[in-house]
Amino acid sequence: MASDTIVEGKTGLEAAAAPKPRSEWTMAWRRLRRNKAALAGLAVLIVISLAAIFADVIATEPENHFDIMAAELPPGSEGHPLGTDDIGRDVFSRIVRGSRISLRVGFSAVTISAIAGTLIGLSAGYFGRWVDMVISRIIDVMLAFPGLLLAMTVVAALGSGLNNAMIALGVAGIPFYARVVRSTTLAARELVYVRAARAVGMSDARIMLRHILPNIVSPILIMATLGLGGAILAAAGLSFLGLGAERPSPEWGLELSSSRHLLRSSWWISTFNGLAIAITVLSINLLGDGLREALDPQAGAWSH
Amino acid sequence: MAGYIIRRVLYMIPVLFGVLIVVFVLMRLIPGDPIEIFYQSGEIGGSGATSREGGEVSRKAIETLRESYNLDKSPPHQFVLYVWDVVRGDLGTSIAYRRPVVDMIASHWPATFALTMASMAVAITIGVGAGVVSAIKRHTFVDYGAQMFAILGISFPPFFVGLLLILVFAIKWQTDDGVGMLPAVSNGYGKELILPALTLGTAASAILARLTRSSMLDVLSRDYVRTARSKGLRERVVVMGHALRNALIPVVTVIGLEFGGLLAGAVIIEAVFHRQGLGLRLIDAIIDRDYPVVQGLVLLSAVIYAVANLLVDVLYTYIDPRVRLETTGN
Repeated sequence: MASDTIVEGKTGLEAAAAPKPRSEWTMAWRRLRRNKAALAGLAVLIVISLAAIFADVIATEPENHFDIMAAELPPGSEGHPLGTDDIGRDVFSRIVRGSRISLRVGFSAVTISAIAGTLIGLSAGYFGRWVDMVISRIIDVMLAFPGLLLAMTVVAALGSGLNNAMIALGVAGIPFYARVVRSTTLAARELVYVRAARAVGMSDARIMLRHILPNIVSPILIMATLGLGGAILAAAGLSFLGLGAERPSPEWGLELSSSRHLLRSSWWISTFNGLAIAITVLSINLLGDGLREALDPQAGAWSH
Repeated sequence: MAGYIIRRVLYMIPVLFGVLIVVFVLMRLIPGDPIEIFYQSGEIGGSGATSREGGEVSRKAIETLRESYNLDKSPPHQFVLYVWDVVRGDLGTSIAYRRPVVDMIASHWPATFALTMASMAVAITIGVGAGVVSAIKRHTFVDYGAQMFAILGISFPPFFVGLLLILVFAIKWQTDDGVGMLPAVSNGYGKELILPALTLGTAASAILARLTRSSMLDVLSRDYVRTARSKGLRERVVVMGHALRNALIPVVTVIGLEFGGLLAGAVIIEAVFHRQGLGLRLIDAIIDRDYPVVQGLVLLSAVIYAVANLLVDVLYTYIDPRVRLETTGN
């Protein structure tokens, strides 16, 4: 799966930022196409995305439909391939609707982190001096919160709820992008054509967006893909803890926590919701690993 | 060396002060007055019910409480008082439990600490073991199996793994008298620790396995390993003596970071197994908006994280003398 060369730590991403001709993208696609695991991940992700888009067509029962008479039917029951929950809601239909929530939350959180992190990192790396000083210290402080704690603190401030969890995860992801973008920008700033652009009096904004940003696209893409899996996992975790989605939302993490007391009688509710999260995140991680190898053949095993 | 440690400790202080500011400001963003919110909404989750008994709390009592929490003062003034308290080792008093936060930490700390130690043992055994075997048996089924395990471990949500373990070991697999093999609710330090430690340890081992494998492969291709082999040393001596020692250097960092993030990692696992540790207290406090507890626990975990980071860097200079040269040359 993973290629066997390693470039230590973050330098792998930085190596990916070396200027490339456009045909690099074609080359990367060729490399990606040979990676069966990544292609399988991509295929599953496409299926899940289609399920999310056409959720109302695919779901066999209307939203919030319940039938006490059909409660806790095991998987394989007529009309309920994955069984029903304790008030007779179809587990399959709810999981399909849940995909919409998880993908939306994951994409939004990653978009917030990536855009804000890129702009912040670009400014720090490009302007340097006091701008860099201030931003770097803020990044240090944000990185001093271990794991999910920054997101949890932001949720504590905003109040629980799915949208707040999404914003919290987005904010908590910013320092990781900012740090990588900053260091790649520092390197790109010294490239000859960037210095030339500055010499002919091109505006800072134009230099950053037209000449520096293209160098940073591939590390950001790799981080964002792997970050998407992490964000979906974290959002499900916050919902599981009661800090994210609220009932009767079919969010997967929430379903898992609200059906856990039924584990003894109806194992399928928790199990299928858990599998939905795992399969989604697995397909994204396989694709992310493949993308990393394709876009950055030097760094095979940049973990996290 | 001493100078280096002192510099690092001195740098920790502004960063932790920054954490203090961030947490303090975030907690003040909560709309409304924390004391009133706490006493007015009857449906607050968590287990702080004891102090809410007796229904209506009088206006005067609320005023007295607000004063005792310094809430009648301006936010900057509150911050100064809070920092002064923290410096003296006082993290404030829980609104829900009417108990000093420091006391709560003292009584719930052992449950989290034991969970962390046990899961790190699981993570290091499985993670480093799988990573080394994977690298030595590269491109064999063992290697593919280990890599498969690693990517599954990263993708499976830990709370789902925990529930699956409960399903198998506490529900399906029972002793003759109808009790589960292992308890699903975990408050002890014996076999109650097995399932939560496996859950948390597996998640961490996946990351360690990937890192160890790539680090090991990197080291195995180095010249000194080739030299050791061409000297005719036995493969086991080469792998264990020459390669592993160097390959573990980046692994130690990650172990340190994982260890430092103990509270953060324990939150979800403690929720799954109802383990009465600091993580469970933190979730309750967030849901209850018991801000002194949130502030105290977040600050505590940032301090542990920073200290773990520092220890890893110091440890580095012992495992890898090259780093020592670099830092003294600075």
